[in-house]
Amino acid sequence: MSAKRINKPSVRVVFAQVIEFEFDGKLYKGYQGDTLASALLANDVKHLARSFKYGRPRGIMAAGSEEPNALVQLEQGRYATPNVKATQAELYNGLSAARTSGWPSLNFDAKSILSISSRMMPAGFYAKTFKWPRKFWPFYESIIRKFSGFGSVPTETETEWYDHLHHHLDVLVVGGGVSGLLAALYAGQTGLKTLLLDEQAEIGGWLLSDATTQIDGMNGIAYIESLSAALIALPNVQVLTRTTAFGMYDHNFVQAVELLQDHMPLHERQANLPRHRLHKIKANRVVLATGAIERPLVFGNNDVPGVMTVSAGQTFLNRYGVLVGQNIVLCGNNDEIYHAARDFSVNGAQVVVIDTRRKIVIPDDIPSVIQVYKGHSIVRVEGKRYVTGVTLMSLDGGSSKTIPADIVLSSGGLSPTVHLYCHDTSRPIWNETVMAFVVPNKLADCKPCVACVGAVTGAFEWSQALQQTTQMMKDVLNDLGYTTNLLTPNCNVTHTNPPELIVRLPDGQIEGYGAKAFVDYQNDVTAADIELAVRENYKNIEHVKRYTAFGFGTDQGKLTSVNCFLLTAKALNVPISQVSTTTYRPAYTPVGFGALAGSMCGDTFDPSRTTAIQSAHIARSALMEPVGQWLRPWYFPKENEDIHAAVNREALATRTTVGVMDASTLGKIQIDGPDAREFLNRVYSNAWAQLAVGKCRYGLMLDENGMVMDDGVTACINDQQFYMTTTTGGAARILVWLERWHQTEWPELKVWFTSVTDHWSTIALVGPKSRAVLAKLCSDIDLSPENFKFMDWRSGTVAGLPSRVFRVSFSGEMAYELNIESGYAHFLWEQVMAAGKEFGITPYGTETMHVLRAEKGFIIVGQDTDGSVTPIDLGMSWAVGMKKPFSFLGKRSLSRSDTAKAGRKQMVGLLAQDPKAVLIEGAQIVERSDIKIPRAGTHDAPVHMLGRVTSSYYSAFLGRSIAMALIEDGSNQVGNTVFAYAKGQMTPAQVIESTVFIDPKGERQHA
Amino acid sequence: MLHLYCPHCSQHRDEEEFAYAGEGYIPRPLVPEEIDDETWGNYLFMRTNSKGWFWEQWQHSAGCRKVFVVKRNTFTNEIAGSWTLLEGKSLFLQDKGSLE
Repeated sequence: MSAKRINKPSVRVVFAQVIEFEFDGKLYKGYQGDTLASALLANDVKHLARSFKYGRPRGIMAAGSEEPNALVQLEQGRYATPNVKATQAELYNGLSAARTSGWPSLNFDAKSILSISSRMMPAGFYAKTFKWPRKFWPFYESIIRKFSGFGSVPTETETEWYDHLHHHLDVLVVGGGVSGLLAALYAGQTGLKTLLLDEQAEIGGWLLSDATTQIDGMNGIAYIESLSAALIALPNVQVLTRTTAFGMYDHNFVQAVELLQDHMPLHERQANLPRHRLHKIKANRVVLATGAIERPLVFGNNDVPGVMTVSAGQTFLNRYGVLVGQNIVLCGNNDEIYHAARDFSVNGAQVVVIDTRRKIVIPDDIPSVIQVYKGHSIVRVEGKRYVTGVTLMSLDGGSSKTIPADIVLSSGGLSPTVHLYCHDTSRPIWNETVMAFVVPNKLADCKPCVACVGAVTGAFEWSQALQQTTQMMKDVLNDLGYTTNLLTPNCNVTHTNPPELIVRLPDGQIEGYGAKAFVDYQNDVTAADIELAVRENYKNIEHVKRYTAFGFGTDQGKLTSVNCFLLTAKALNVPISQVSTTTYRPAYTPVGFGALAGSMCGDTFDPSRTTAIQSAHIARSALMEPVGQWLRPWYFPKENEDIHAAVNREALATRTTVGVMDASTLGKIQIDGPDAREFLNRVYSNAWAQLAVGKCRYGLMLDENGMVMDDGVTACINDQQFYMTTTTGGAARILVWLERWHQTEWPELKVWFTSVTDHWSTIALVGPKSRAVLAKLCSDIDLSPENFKFMDWRSGTVAGLPSRVFRVSFSGEMAYELNIESGYAHFLWEQVMAAGKEFGITPYGTETMHVLRAEKGFIIVGQDTDGSVTPIDLGMSWAVGMKKPFSFLGKRSLSRSDTAKAGRKQMVGLLAQDPKAVLIEGAQIVERSDIKIPRAGTHDAPVHMLGRVTSSYYSAFLGRSIAMALIEDGSNQVGNTVFAYAKGQMTPAQVIESTVFIDPKGERQHA
Repeated sequence: MLHLYCPHCSQHRDEEEFAYAGEGYIPRPLVPEEIDDETWGNYLFMRTNSKGWFWEQWQHSAGCRKVFVVKRNTFTNEIAGSWTLLEGKSLFLQDKGSLE
């Protein structure tokens, strides 16, 4: 055993609460408060993974979300979660985790053989090797996937759920370290509505890992507790832990994900709580207290399990009570290593310090048992699966020597967590004094409404951070109109020696010849790879990143990217400020798809609308069809009928006796005002000046390009009120369209629009017996054909209910559309069914409606048109009032050269030669049957298409198939035989001029 | 996500409540029949597409349904202000004058 449990006051693990967990099939013990990483380290499990490219053994490097190696598969079945960082997985009873890498097994990894020939696998290896021949890629990919060692996606549907929550705040503070806590307290004390987020289970940040610092005379834990108590006492402050702000977007909109239940034993998870909650946060001021991450040094074999960052070692010791080794070598370029050395030594480890700086004063309080090598570097770490020793050498030359070690901790300085500040593509600034990329530490230099406090600004020492945070918050609050007298908490810990920038520790050899020195662990990028990329003339840091693959993966280079920037600058021999950084993009840490989707999945993905008559349709076993958000009856099968049998029956019944359809989904807009008529004149292509009260008219609506965008019947209720209907799918769009033209171009028109789609329901009574049925229900309207003509509407009482009856038809049959307040619609439907019983009244759905309207040649906007079709193309010039005084929408475009040219695609009828053959809707129309059909994925010559079939049905009434089509120069093709090609079938059909297949004189609808 | 001010509701609201409504102040020619195809084509299809300050329309579609005008920087998404179509017009014209 090299690791050891230590109990001391700073430790947050509860040793009285033992937790049993399983890792890779073996049982282990840990304690409440452990992470999976701290518990595994305490159990001496160091080798957790194999590396991505070379298959090298890897262990835990860090203690937080920056961990690149220790990815595990957490739980199985519906709880399975891939690629969880062991350093972030809180331990709970019964936790079960497994390694995800190593193929065929962790101890024998096929890739590790590659290490022997790794000189053959330089940067860009995959791109150079596997890109050719292209068709082999699927084979290459299957092997590379197995090699890569990432987790597997869950195969079962999870039963847990997710949630979204919106916040509108005065102040959002991101980060619950000391600076963040102080910022939230300062803001909260003024009464501002404040929210503080922290990604960890416990607030306190780095102070939880620092066992010796005293602030305001208190030790770390006591100080955090005092801040926490002060925050809890403020009702206007909310603190969320286990909540990671992962993205900052336009106008400082922040998204954060809270993991509510992932830390709880599976059987204790509550069904009434979401698993994760996505917080969507809008705050007047965003305070970033995101801290900093220690960057490791780059030296030979710096990836052997047992090599970690200094801060990780300190965190495991002081916060989790795990002394990670007995023989600890600390190597660094800053004074933090002495702080750590004292911690480890006091707790019983043998400690050796390798300081890369030559001229330093060793702090007084360092125990004399600690051996210090000044001006030295690590040549390489010894050991294969775990650290056995360290070979070091003087930076001033001389021979190297090897010392025993079981843990190597390195520190190359701190890199501020600038991600959120830079998510808008801005770059952090290199600060030479603190040797780090920082964000502004003064309010005047920050982006609007954003403030940065603490280590993220480069204020790395406690006293600096406390002072900077206090000053910044004074300025922020002052900016918000609060005069405050904030006092900086007192702390006098200071470092003795300045840091000296170093990344790659010299090993006395030319780069690439010594032991592998890794810069990016997750992607197996070495210092030599960066040099190679620069040698191969990649000069922009974004290109170096993509060529070597540094900074990708689940850790997104949090630990190591700055080292890559620094090494690139060195290889290019330019200042680091010139290289700058790559682009920081959301998400800061991986976010589950479930959290992003929230409750917007399954039934709640999109609202489903049903008419007031829905339950009547269900009772008559209608099959439903989605039409936009609406669910409409599709057809009403009887016993063993299939769709064809049902539709034939419904259509024949409607043509011979009477059918009934729920047409309530039609969009309905009430248009009021003295200028309503003039408005209609402007937005419809046909004329409205003469439409009298009690009359209806079919209207065609064009966009400004002259293309048909909607159609429908509009009734004149009185001279200042019209009742417009739109297509089912177009209702919302058309209302917006009308509003926009009114508001932006013709505000002088006195006209108002009200959506009444849901207020009115419509029952269409259709067929030769429709009048007879209506007569049974309605006594106060004169239904005689001479007094209630086609395209008239009447107000009256139907089944005792106030109704508007429109004599309009979407089938070519005599028809009455009963419009009624929706609350009465279901009742009226049943009354109509009862009254029609003696005539064999037949309810029908959308499919029969399509057959009936196609028999009469009525178009469906969006099916027979596609936004490139003018009314002239449709043969509907009768609906274009070219003589209207106002230049209605789309009129001018009808005379543009392209719109007016001859030979455009025009609407025609098509009759298949075989009357039983129903052309496939969407079939392409070609001139000859012997053309060569181009094969997919080849360079076969394209075939000229004349057009396409837009509507096609079998008409039981006519006893044959019918179709409508848009065909080039269609009016001149009449009589020709063309061929409709789809799904491998070539069907001959004859072009006919009219799409009106029944009753061209309109005798049925006028009857 | 943008945070937009609706001058009709006098409220800042999230972008989710609004619908983008294209470039602002593109007047429809008064007598379309009297202009040539090119001018009409420019009115239909040509937009400023500027990198930087841009006058655009938004509709408070999940609110008052009013269309208003916003001056937004298309590069930084900074917003200089929101106005009713009437109030914004003179500012837009001044702005246009200074840009040309």
